[in-house]
Amino acid sequence: MTEFIVNQWWLVAIVIASLIPLVMRIVSAGLLETLRTLDRRWIFLLLLWAVLIPIYFIGVTGRTFPEVPSVLARATFDEIDRLNPGDPILLAFDYDPPSEGELGPMATAFVYHAASKKLRMYFMALWPLGAQMIDNTIAKVITPDFRDLVYGRDYINLGFKSGQEGVIKVVVTNLRELYTTDSRGTAMQDIPMMEGITNIQQMKVIVSVSAGYPGTKEWVQYAVTPFPSLRLVAGATGVQAPLLYPYVPRQLPGLLGAIKGAAEYEKLVVDAYGGANADPKYLEALRRMGPQLVAHLLIITLIVVANVVFLIDRGRKR
Amino acid sequence: MSSSLKGKGSAKRSIAAAVACAALFFPALAAGQAPAPPSGLTARDHSWDNGTRIDLQWTASADEATLRGYVVRRRSTVETNFSVVDIVPAGTNALTVGSLNREAGHLFRVTALGANSLESTPAATTAPVFPTMEWFDGTRVWFLFTLVLLCGSVVAFIVLARRGMPLTLRRIAGLEAVDDAVGRATEMGRPCLFIPGINDMNEIQTIAGLTILSRVAKTAAEYDAKLEVPTSKSLVMTAARETMQTAFLTAGRPEAYNPDSVYYVTDEQFGYVAYVQGLMVREKPAACFYMGSFFAESLILAETGNAIGAIQIAGTAQPAQLPFFVAACDYTLIGEEFFAASAYLSGEPDQLGSLKGQDVGKLLVGAGILLGVLGATAAALTGSAFIESLVNFFTGTMLT
Amino acid sequence: MKQTGPLLITAAGGFVLIVAYFIPFAQNWGELAAIWFDILAAVAFILGGGNLLKTHLKRISDRARGWGYSGVVVVSFLATLFVGLVKVGVNPSAQFPDFAWSGQYRQMGSAFWYLFQYAFTPLTATMFSLLAFYIASAAFRAFRAKNVEAVLLLGTAFIILLGRTFAGVALTSWIDPDVWAGFAYFTGLRLENLTVYIMSVFNTAGNRAIMIGIALGIVATSLKVLLGIDRSYLGKD
Repeated sequence: MTEFIVNQWWLVAIVIASLIPLVMRIVSAGLLETLRTLDRRWIFLLLLWAVLIPIYFIGVTGRTFPEVPSVLARATFDEIDRLNPGDPILLAFDYDPPSEGELGPMATAFVYHAASKKLRMYFMALWPLGAQMIDNTIAKVITPDFRDLVYGRDYINLGFKSGQEGVIKVVVTNLRELYTTDSRGTAMQDIPMMEGITNIQQMKVIVSVSAGYPGTKEWVQYAVTPFPSLRLVAGATGVQAPLLYPYVPRQLPGLLGAIKGAAEYEKLVVDAYGGANADPKYLEALRRMGPQLVAHLLIITLIVVANVVFLIDRGRKR
Repeated sequence: MSSSLKGKGSAKRSIAAAVACAALFFPALAAGQAPAPPSGLTARDHSWDNGTRIDLQWTASADEATLRGYVVRRRSTVETNFSVVDIVPAGTNALTVGSLNREAGHLFRVTALGANSLESTPAATTAPVFPTMEWFDGTRVWFLFTLVLLCGSVVAFIVLARRGMPLTLRRIAGLEAVDDAVGRATEMGRPCLFIPGINDMNEIQTIAGLTILSRVAKTAAEYDAKLEVPTSKSLVMTAARETMQTAFLTAGRPEAYNPDSVYYVTDEQFGYVAYVQGLMVREKPAACFYMGSFFAESLILAETGNAIGAIQIAGTAQPAQLPFFVAACDYTLIGEEFFAASAYLSGEPDQLGSLKGQDVGKLLVGAGILLGVLGATAAALTGSAFIESLVNFFTGTMLT
Repeated sequence: MKQTGPLLITAAGGFVLIVAYFIPFAQNWGELAAIWFDILAAVAFILGGGNLLKTHLKRISDRARGWGYSGVVVVSFLATLFVGLVKVGVNPSAQFPDFAWSGQYRQMGSAFWYLFQYAFTPLTATMFSLLAFYIASAAFRAFRAKNVEAVLLLGTAFIILLGRTFAGVALTSWIDPDVWAGFAYFTGLRLENLTVYIMSVFNTAGNRAIMIGIALGIVATSLKVLLGIDRSYLGKD
């Protein structure tokens, strides 16, 4: 840490310089008055540093915080890890670029896990931009690192279909009623891995990575509820995850909540399949836990400071 | 493959016991002898369903006590191979197989699965059985009962309210503040902003939002305040225009209605947010209303509104966004309050009656939760099979 | 008449779909209706696009405040529409190599793909990331220990905030699960375990209560719409 500060003295200088006006205001107007009337832009600046510095620190040093996988992350991992090579798995990517930062790492980890296990991967999306997220993840994981996997034999992108939960209702009993071609326009009968696949119930596990509606909740309601033998695991944003807890564990055996859940799952996957020098792209969530820690600590500090001011003011009024 | 269990005994209990017994008392079986097969397998169409289920029944294997369970397999007349439908625990002698194709006949096989994982010879059906579709789906009868009960109570209270039954309503501060907010904007000479959420007209929250828009627009027309409604969906724009026009007409100022004040921005969530945020910073509306279905944009919009010093009233039924609105807005209509708004604002007996009906629904749900919790607790404490079967019927049949 | 027609369609459509839910023969009618709505909504895109152009071109011609932004909107809209429709930079698909436009509009390397990858994605991600800044400022302003409930809320927030990071693990690492193996209640006090407990028990209970209220509200509102009691979203007769 000291070495980092010494080597990156210019960064320390910029941070200190940016906060000088705030310090001067505290000196001139007093600490309490400054905090009472604190312009929200100072909070924005503090948060910027709280996020930026750890990102830079982790980028320079390559160090991440140790992560202890929770029960839910382990359950998610086990659901996929118990499968045998060649087992079909559905990966529903129902998110878009705005939530990529939160969901991208878990999508990457899911695909890395499934590809390492040599599972047959069927990708689909209920969000228009989900198809692009699928392409991006395939280009990030399968194309460079799993060159032996062949499109159409080992993995397929069924693409986006409009109709929200209506799509789930149909594909769960009849996949080909809606999907006559894959996202590249190839007819289903010409795709080797579609042979014998008539509906989603044939999938050993459904993985839902979702940022909202339609997403995991709809997969629970319209796929798992009418067909309880289906196994569903999910990755959700921090805002969505609390709404999914009611479904755990009966309808949703595994759930990854936000970047924390992704980091725990990432650790399990990398420990099992990544080797000693895993590519940094498979450690994205673990790396993002650093900024998250500092940002959370800053928010706690801000709340505490605001409450101290509040209590002092209330004490004076009395 | 969907299937539901009928029969005695629970899965986990039976499997554990069977495996233990097999290892201790039946060394011959553990050594590699297949168990005795089940017999008398019958398959019948499941009555009162949508033509996707067949009921199976069989007589237990002679080695029942040592079994891990029974493996049920199926093939349709157009398929050549049997595939596993389900593995049910020992002690089970019936299974309803679901998700079957109505167009084809189905053949079934059931084998006994020994503790040593060896399977017996199968008991099989000889003739294909076709699932038939009845005119009523009996699996949804309890849902129908609940629906009739809930809707019936709403309709009953609407009728009672029409007959003059006095109904009182608690004060909802957020709705009381609507007129004040518009009034304040008028005094300050600044516009009002109404955001009807980012979902389309097929979302009931959007309709509830437009109901509140009609009141806001009416007040704005009366006060001669400028009201702007950027929408994220084209159909919402059309519906919001109709609502605004009607509201201005009701207020007696149809000439003041400007259709250009309701306009489409973009379907893209954050493109919409960027536009609205920019609009707020430039125009500095004095009153902002967020009424509809919101997602991640809730706090971005509400904090921007807070920064420009606007009075903010929000209403949504998206539970995840409620904390953000509560933190950043002056008033928030939480869930059902949001849906109660039209009744509250109109004060019409029909509308108020519907709220009372909703309360009956809440009482029913509360009673259901209480009964379920008490039943499950009693079953766990006493170990009574009767109470357990009642609880299972309640949760497994009535509530599914 | 202007209101009666839509009301009749709403009531007939709504009640038929409710009844259809219980009649196997008609159970897929709901999905059909959803597809009809999708078609309507897709056609409405044209309406929306037209309105977008009208609104912003008017602002430009009026030189209204911020008309420059409207210029950016119009240019971006038309440029994206053009490269998407004409499939600029798209190679023919492998199946139909003789047809110039047979490739996908969002094919990797196409103009549309570049716009999506290097303009749309970072722009929307930037907007989303603003949320973090607003959460910090809202927390600073709104989280006050005004009463007992607020203090409880604050305490819970701290536990969750810490429990979702390594700080939570580090702070309560002294509760060693191996040492306290027989004391599940005590090891449950580790912040990461407490976080999961709060989320899955207290949070779920509260959420369910709100969701039950919302579900009943939806039933009553839908019924009012179907019965024509609530018609404020429709125009005047």
